[in-house]
Amino acid sequence: MTKENWAYLSNDLIYISLFLFTIAFLAFAYETAFSVRTDDSQRGSLDRTKTLRVSKFATRIYGIATIFLGVGVFARGFSAERVPWGNMYEFSITGALTFSIAFMLAGRKYDLRWLGLPISVLVLLILGTAITLLYRPSAPLVPALRSTWLVVHVSAAIISGGVFLLSNTVAGTYLWLDRMERKGERKSWAKRLPTLETLDQLSYRLVAFVFPLWTFAIIAGAIWAEAAWGRYWGWDPKETWAFITWILYAAYLHARVTAGWKGRKAAWLCLLAGSTYLFNYVYINVWGTGRHTYSGL
Amino acid sequence: MSTSDLRGVSLLRYLWRQLTSMRNALILLLLLGIASIPGSLFPQRTASPLKVREYFENNPNSAAWMDRLYLFDVYGSPWFSAIYILLFISLIGCVLPRTWHYAREIAAKPVLPPSSLDGAEHYQTYEGTLDSAEGWLRAHRFRVTRTSDAISAEKGYLRETGNLLFHLSLIVVLVGIASSSIFGMRGEAIINVGERFINTPTSYDNLATGRFFQLRNLPPFVIQARNFVAQYDPETRAPIDYTLDVKVSESIDKPLTNRVVKVNDPLTFGSTRVYLQANGYSPLVTVRDKSGVVKFEGAVPFLPQDSNLSSIGAIKVPDMQPQIGFVASFLPTAARDEIRGGFSSYPELLDPQLLFSVWRGDLKMDKGIPQSVYRIDTSHMERIGLKSLRIGESYQFGEVGSITFNGVIPWVNLQIVKDPGKQYALMGSILAIIGLMISLFIRSRRIWLRKDGDRLVVAGLALNRLPGLEEEIAELVKVGKQ
Repeated sequence: MTKENWAYLSNDLIYISLFLFTIAFLAFAYETAFSVRTDDSQRGSLDRTKTLRVSKFATRIYGIATIFLGVGVFARGFSAERVPWGNMYEFSITGALTFSIAFMLAGRKYDLRWLGLPISVLVLLILGTAITLLYRPSAPLVPALRSTWLVVHVSAAIISGGVFLLSNTVAGTYLWLDRMERKGERKSWAKRLPTLETLDQLSYRLVAFVFPLWTFAIIAGAIWAEAAWGRYWGWDPKETWAFITWILYAAYLHARVTAGWKGRKAAWLCLLAGSTYLFNYVYINVWGTGRHTYSGL
Repeated sequence: MSTSDLRGVSLLRYLWRQLTSMRNALILLLLLGIASIPGSLFPQRTASPLKVREYFENNPNSAAWMDRLYLFDVYGSPWFSAIYILLFISLIGCVLPRTWHYAREIAAKPVLPPSSLDGAEHYQTYEGTLDSAEGWLRAHRFRVTRTSDAISAEKGYLRETGNLLFHLSLIVVLVGIASSSIFGMRGEAIINVGERFINTPTSYDNLATGRFFQLRNLPPFVIQARNFVAQYDPETRAPIDYTLDVKVSESIDKPLTNRVVKVNDPLTFGSTRVYLQANGYSPLVTVRDKSGVVKFEGAVPFLPQDSNLSSIGAIKVPDMQPQIGFVASFLPTAARDEIRGGFSSYPELLDPQLLFSVWRGDLKMDKGIPQSVYRIDTSHMERIGLKSLRIGESYQFGEVGSITFNGVIPWVNLQIVKDPGKQYALMGSILAIIGLMISLFIRSRRIWLRKDGDRLVVAGLALNRLPGLEEEIAELVKVGKQ
């Protein structure tokens, strides 16, 4: 197959995955809405048997969509004969992929079907933005990116980003439910979501798991910068914000382990730290300056 | 000592204790993060001096104020350094005593359990003996302290080791960074292909050295630029590859060997490395006076302005009477449209043209004020000609002289860096990750047992709140009951 064919194949696969994610999203939405009893006697309680088939269907379609996305990302790499992390479009589709995979892997250990709805919304948002706003034709890399460190540094950064986003989703859900509980009882549809305690633990666990990887991503970037730009740390805007994200997550871990923070305060700190990652990705790439901006976007 | 002295000492002691408390170390760390934000939002002199100048031109009033607050030199500013140094001291003051304390405690037995375990986590009672519990705990490699009616056991000491390793490694990283800026150097030089670079201070276009760097310690290497090839993608015009062929030697009297330099592949001479940073074109010109005597001949590096290498430059001929200057631009692939005028449409030499205006008067080069080699101050000059030339063409300006455009050679910008602290920074970083993983993933926990009549009370504490203790205690109880 020629490079162009690979590029077209990649685009098609990613469009198909977008379609499948949409179906998964609708199925998750249906499940969320209809697994609650509405008859007066047991108003608000859950009956998952009613939606069991839909729920299984949603999870399965979500898995298939992830596979299509994965193959699409690979095809993009084949079309350019390199790892598909040369610009923001490619970074976004790979980010959506790792985010999806992180969700499915975490789902093997915890019951995360309830997260299907917010997660599929986020994946749709990321892919939609990538396809409509960030798309660039497949092209070779600029000389500075031609290095093995591209694979090491960027993969660590993408995986960290995916897990940070997942942890943020959980922390956000925590805060939302916490507010609902403080006002009174959980709304009936929200009763199927896990306890606050579980959410609190899960978002911490995700951060603790991925923080060393994020540290590694920064260090690998520094080693690469030393080889490509002649300095390992230069306060480039991207570096600065990666550092800020690192500091905030370090503070978060400290706050939890040594100061015993949990619950609301910890969730807000987690959200703040995660939002600096997003800011770094969106603002610095699009409006910022510095050496991390390549090929337009 | 007078009372005021005492007060001074206790104040100092108080400040030291404040500075080295973990809470304040964390606050300083957060402050460092906040303080680094403006540097990512405003242009910085170190990274993009041109953007700073542009900012000054667009906002002259606010820029002057911002400059007083060091907002264009954030990472070298006194307030940033203050936070950095305080954090450094705080970290040392926080970690070293703790390491010392830990080193003395490392072989110590766990302290006895609290007299009452009521209300402790994982509290439960069961029928069993302290002997079998101790057997289980020892078999699972807990450290055990035993009295007649109680057991205290602890496991996961490595976690504290990891924690300390992480923080000590951060100190190593900071020492590495500091020693680079004190003992290191960093400079740049533009070399035309074909020319030779000898590593002496005068060869540099700019050179910044650390406080304790001795210029005579520059390693005496020689680099001869033999050939430079830049490849571009024909569709996007984005660069694909830069390859610089050089001959190098460790010193001027040693034989030269062939080497290749690429963007991700610098040359290394001991702890000094040479990086290929930028490239451009140097038009080759000859300027003659009206009688045909050569007044200037050579390659003049021009400064690229865009990705298609439209370049600007200046050819200064101070030896002519009156002095002559050419304000010029060079287009590797000349094109023209109504908005931009002349511009380059491709970075390779497909249709090279030299466009210039000729100025006569005073170049102001003898005032001792450093001048840009790419610009001419024409305030004391008059324009006497305007022309564009292709390779091989000449232009006669008035009765004064002539210029011939002989050809073009590429130039490369070499960045030469001595960074003696980077190994320490790297080593510190690797140790920091190892320490971090140990401290995050190793469970540290205590289990206590106390006799209560003919039953045993058991409780435990997961020191870093990782799950698993509950299962462990359940196992202990299950085995103990049998």
